[in-house]
Amino acid sequence: MARTLINMPSSAKRGDVIEICTLIAHPMETGWRPGSDGKLLPRNLIRRLSCTFDDGTSKSLVFSAEMFPAVAANPYFAFHMAAVASGTLSLTWEGDNGFAQTETAVFTVT
Amino acid sequence: MYPQNPSSKPPAQPSPSARRPTQPTRRQLLATSAALGSGLLMPQRAAAADLPEDLMAAIKAFTEGAPLREGRVTFEIASLIDNGNAVPIVVGVASPMTATDHVTAISVFNERNPQREVVNAQFGPRSGRAELATRIRLATSQKLVAVARMNDGTFWSKTVEVIVTLAACIEGDA
Repeated sequence: MARTLINMPSSAKRGDVIEICTLIAHPMETGWRPGSDGKLLPRNLIRRLSCTFDDGTSKSLVFSAEMFPAVAANPYFAFHMAAVASGTLSLTWEGDNGFAQTETAVFTVT
Repeated sequence: MYPQNPSSKPPAQPSPSARRPTQPTRRQLLATSAALGSGLLMPQRAAAADLPEDLMAAIKAFTEGAPLREGRVTFEIASLIDNGNAVPIVVGVASPMTATDHVTAISVFNERNPQREVVNAQFGPRSGRAELATRIRLATSQKLVAVARMNDGTFWSKTVEVIVTLAACIEGDA
């Protein structure tokens, strides 16, 4: 499992907009770069990050991003979410070679 | 007593300008480099009209042929980049993000990396602010275009031009 960092407040007032910062350890190998033997290193990318919020009754999309080789290694994304209800935030990264990782964070509206 | 012979006097120190008349003085060099630097660091504005064809084709694939207008989008990036391997960018759109008026997607394109697309982000109904921050790779000095899709089907763009001193993926890019 790749190491991830998720930085967000655990609670906020209703109506506020919070920032969610995410980072995942991944080389994001472009497939255009030769290795030490002169041959191209095989492409190994995270293709997609999606963030959904489950408030107990329904799941809704907060943010999703499709990534291309121009995204730097250890992809960092910061985006926002409106504090409407308490629930669980779920972040999923999907990529080449069957890479898939999901992390969750609990969020409370006060 | 004091030496009277003029030839025994130490040679007079020539003035800096007399010493090397063809070369600029340190003071002149500093002044020109400061002027050059301020010129380089001015925010670069570029029109979307003079973009290369392959970049326009990639943007057209995102807009599905809809007209592209300049404005509403902000694109924060350093105009002079030391290291192209991880360049922080922030793309935002002036939008209230209500059910009737919101941004559905933001896509970033580049001019001279091996592939035109950089990142394509979708915003859901819970996203309170149309803003995306990430880090990208830049192969060389080039233009970058951010395009935002609104819920009413209009597309807005912002083009920036950056200078990259140390390129990403330089070994692979022959």
